[in-house]
Amino acid sequence: MKHIRTIKVGSNHIISSTSGCGECQTSC
Amino acid sequence: MIHKYKKNGLKIVLDVNSDSIHVVDDVVYDILDFYPNPDREKINSELKNKYSENEISEAIKDIGDLISQKQLFAKTFSADEYELYNNPVVKAMCLHVAHDCNIRCKYCFASQGDFQRNREIMSLEVGKRSMEYLAENSGNHYNLEVDFFGGEPLMNFDVVKELVFYGKELEKKYDNKKNFRYTITTNGTLLNDEISEFLNEYMDNVVLSIDGRKEVNDEFRIYQSGKGTYEQIVPNFKKVVDNRDKLYYVRGTFTRKNLDFSNDIFHLADLGFESLSIEPVVTDPREDYALKEEDLDTIFKEYDKVADEYIKRKLANDDKKFDFFHFALDLDNSPCFLKKVRGCGAGLEYIAVTPNGDIYPCHQFVEKDEFIMGNVFTGIKNPDIAEFFKKSSILTKEGCDTCWAKYYCSGGCHANAYNANGDIDKPYKLGCAMEKNRVENAIYIQAKLAMEKPDEEKLFRL
Repeated sequence: MKHIRTIKVGSNHIISSTSGCGECQTSC
Repeated sequence: MIHKYKKNGLKIVLDVNSDSIHVVDDVVYDILDFYPNPDREKINSELKNKYSENEISEAIKDIGDLISQKQLFAKTFSADEYELYNNPVVKAMCLHVAHDCNIRCKYCFASQGDFQRNREIMSLEVGKRSMEYLAENSGNHYNLEVDFFGGEPLMNFDVVKELVFYGKELEKKYDNKKNFRYTITTNGTLLNDEISEFLNEYMDNVVLSIDGRKEVNDEFRIYQSGKGTYEQIVPNFKKVVDNRDKLYYVRGTFTRKNLDFSNDIFHLADLGFESLSIEPVVTDPREDYALKEEDLDTIFKEYDKVADEYIKRKLANDDKKFDFFHFALDLDNSPCFLKKVRGCGAGLEYIAVTPNGDIYPCHQFVEKDEFIMGNVFTGIKNPDIAEFFKKSSILTKEGCDTCWAKYYCSGGCHANAYNANGDIDKPYKLGCAMEKNRVENAIYIQAKLAMEKPDEEKLFRL
């Protein structure tokens, strides 16, 4: 691409199930 | 939905729903104003004096490619397709081992340590039962976080120590299918060699409270005599940090009295502390040190200064480079969007326990009677509280639906919303404004570093 440089390819679509895997920690 | 902004010559585009981040040139930046429903004739006529037809065509093609790859104007998620919580388990506990404190910080949300109740120290019995409660209610979750909190938790150091060792017993009892991880938050005045060595051996994270420059710290963080804590805590913190190979944060609070707080961050970095965080005070708006809407422009400029200095020191590999909590974005391995929707998990995945064993949704709700959930000895008596928090997310909070930063702040702090507006679904607007500025800076930093050093994979540390 000549005019755009992608710094991060979005990952919001990646998910393990309809409720997530639940392995992540909580953070305040 | 997209959010685009310019900063120091970089033109940045965030695609909100996919979480893609792009750096673009002028022609794309301008053409995006015509999206998501572009009219080619209108684009040509309005931009023909600025760009050639060929440039416009190329830019439109690039934009189209990203749209087809779902990295621009990606569709929003339908909440109906997902279940925010499927049998949530408790993963983290804020353990209030002391509702007492040996100093009297003027802005303390815990009313100088006693949470507006009698000063109280947690017994070993309550502490042990709390850890059992966490393990019992954690389902199959492996890592269990315990945050020793207060007041000043080191006023009850013997119990802290015993509880860490009790955690080892519990891990064995669960056939090592549980792993306790510890954090402690301390004002630093009670640190000595024995305690520092213990913290560095057993605490996975330590949070060391100091506000920055001596005159700033000693305005608010004072002993009962009125004397400031700076002279005592700096050498204490240095001793901890210099002998530590695990995570730590030196954490301060800024108020209306030090709106030049970038200098406090740089001061802490110059003292040799690398992992830094400084938080805006949240207090009664009638206090003379409370932040006001009219301060926002000044605050934004300060965050901008911190971002510029952060980049400068990183790129120079300066020995006084620093990490700033609010600028740490894990672009490569960010949480899934469900986690971003859920946010902190207060009342569900995260709870706070008081010295007598009462359970609250988080440390900020402690001793607010309407939020008591139960007790570690008798269990949950008011399940409505968890349900109440379960329903609150960026899907329900006022204004979040149309906000570009919603997947970064996850709706902000429930307690700040409640304290400011009496409703956890009505976010604290001053907090929203500051968070948006911090996120813009955090994304800018990642973009800037990627452009400056494209081959270096990770320039930041979480």
